[in-house]
Amino acid sequence: MSPSVPVFWKILAGMCVLFFTVGNTPVLVTDCSPDQVSIRGDFNGAQLLCFGAITYPPGTRNRDRADIVVVLKGPTESIVVREKQQIAGIWINAASSEFRSAPGYYAVASSRPIEEIVDDKTADIYELGLDHLQLSPAGTIDSKELGRFTQGLVDLNSRGQLYKTLPESVGIEDSVLYQARIDLPASVPVGEYSAETFLIIDGRVEAAEIKEITIEKIGMGRFITNLSQENGFIYGLLAVLISVILGWAAGYLFRKI
Amino acid sequence: MDIYLPIASLSVDAFVIILLGGLVGILSGMFGVGGGFLTTPLLIFYGIPPTVAAASASTQVTGASISGVAAHMRRKGVDFQMGAVLVVGGIFGTFIGTFLFQILQRLGQIDTVINVLYVLMLGGIGGMMAKESFTSVRALRSGNPLPARKRRHHPLVANLPMRWRFYRSGLYISPIAPFMLGLITGILTMLLGVGGGFIMVPAMLYLLGMGAQVVVGTSLFQILFVTIASTMMHSMTTRAVDIVLASLLLVGSVTGAQLGAKFAQRMRPEYLRLCLAIMVLLVAVRMMLGLGFQPDEIYTVQLL
Repeated sequence: MSPSVPVFWKILAGMCVLFFTVGNTPVLVTDCSPDQVSIRGDFNGAQLLCFGAITYPPGTRNRDRADIVVVLKGPTESIVVREKQQIAGIWINAASSEFRSAPGYYAVASSRPIEEIVDDKTADIYELGLDHLQLSPAGTIDSKELGRFTQGLVDLNSRGQLYKTLPESVGIEDSVLYQARIDLPASVPVGEYSAETFLIIDGRVEAAEIKEITIEKIGMGRFITNLSQENGFIYGLLAVLISVILGWAAGYLFRKI
Repeated sequence: MDIYLPIASLSVDAFVIILLGGLVGILSGMFGVGGGFLTTPLLIFYGIPPTVAAASASTQVTGASISGVAAHMRRKGVDFQMGAVLVVGGIFGTFIGTFLFQILQRLGQIDTVINVLYVLMLGGIGGMMAKESFTSVRALRSGNPLPARKRRHHPLVANLPMRWRFYRSGLYISPIAPFMLGLITGILTMLLGVGGGFIMVPAMLYLLGMGAQVVVGTSLFQILFVTIASTMMHSMTTRAVDIVLASLLLVGSVTGAQLGAKFAQRMRPEYLRLCLAIMVLLVAVRMMLGLGFQPDEIYTVQLL
C-alpha cells in the first residue's frame, strides 16, 4: 500500500484551489494520510501524516510568524476515574469521579509550544493542549479534587501513549507547506477521529480545517469483536470448541508419539 | 511476532504468550492441576486487563484438562455420579460468581477482590501443602514412613441429612457436601479464572474422604465442565473472553502439559508436592506485595 500517488494528486488539487482562491483571509488546504487506519491481526501501532498548505491573501503581514497546531482527537466516552488509596495496608480504589466526554485518544502537535502560540483563553476555546481539554466532569466535587482526578487521567493516558503533546513537531516550509507526524499506539481505541488543523498568527486563529479519520478493526479481529458483542452465546460456544479441539488434539498426538 | 488481541485491544508478543502457556502447561502436567492460578497472575503482570485475564484463563483450563479427563476415564478414575453433583454445584457457583463479578465491577473493587482472594487462597492452600509435603519428605529421608492416614469424612460432612451411595468413591454421604464444594469452586472459577483443582483435591481427600484413585480424575471432570460454564457466562456477561489470547495460551499449555506429565513420572510425588507448594506460596507472596506496595497506577479508568 503506497500512499504516494493519491497524496500527490491531493496536493496538486490543493494547489489548484489555492491558486484560484481569492479572499482576504488565509486559507488552509489540509489532508491526513491514511484517512482510514485498519487494525489487522499484526497491528502494532501506526503513524498518521497530516499535511497541507497555507495560502495568504495579498498583503498579509507577519507570514513568517504563522504557527500551525494539529489536534487529533478520538471518540469521546463517559468514563469513571478511580483513585487508589492505602487503607489498612493495602491499596484499594477509594474515590472516584465521572467524566462525560473524555476522548479515548488526544494528541496535539504544534510548530512551537502551545503556551507560546496562544493565551489560555484561546487554548480553552479550541481545546489546545492537555490542560485545556473539556472533559465535562459530572457530579459536584470541588475544583481541587477535580484537578487531581483530571491530572490522574491525563497522566495515566500519557503514559499509555494515548494522550500527548508534541511541541515543535510541525514543520513549516517557507511559511506555506506544513506537515505533522502523529504516532498511534497499538492500544488506540477504534472509532471516528477528527484531525483539526489551526493556523494561528499573533495569537489569533486565522483559519481552521477539519478532517475525519476512521480507525477500525478489520478481518478476523473485527469478526471476533462483533461476534462477542452481538452474540455472546455463539461466541462462548466457539471459545469452548476451540479449547476442546486443541486440548484433545494435543493429547491424541502425544499418545501417538 | 506481534499479534493484536481483539478483545483486550492491545498487541502482545505471540511467542511470549505461547511460552507462558507452555510453562504453565509443564507445571500443570507435572502436578495435575489446571494451572489457572498461575496463568491469571502472569497475564496480569504482563499487562493484560485483569478481567480479560481471568475470563480467558478459564477458557484455557478447559483445553488443558480435557486430555487428563480422557486419560482418567480410560483408567476408570472418574466417579461420574460424584462428578455430576460437583458439576451441578459448580454451575450454580458460576451464576453466583457472575452476579458477584458484576456488583464488584460496578463498585470498582473487582481487581482488589481478585488479588485478595488469590493471596488468601494461595497462601492458605500453599501453607497447608508445604507443611504436609515437608513432613513426608522428612519421613522419606529418615526412612521412617508416616503412619497411613485413616480415610474418613469430616464430622461436619457426616452430619448432613440425606445420604447417597457413591460407589466408585466408596462413600455413603449426603450429596449436599460435594454440591457445596462444587459451588465454592464454581464461584472461584468465575472470579479468578482458576479451575480450582488445588482446592478440590485436598477437600475431596480430607473433607469428603474420597478414595484416592478417583480424586484427581473426578476433580478434572468437574473442572472441565465448570470452566466451560464459566467461559459461557463470561462470553454472555463481561464479554471479556479473548479467543486469540486463549488460543495462544492453549497452544503452549497443551504441549507443555504433555511434557510435564512425562517429567512427573521421573520424580517422587513427595518432592513434586513440595515444589508445587513452594511455587504456590511464591505467587501468593508476590500478590501480597503487590497489594501492599504503592501501585504504578494510582488512577484507573473504566468506561460507563
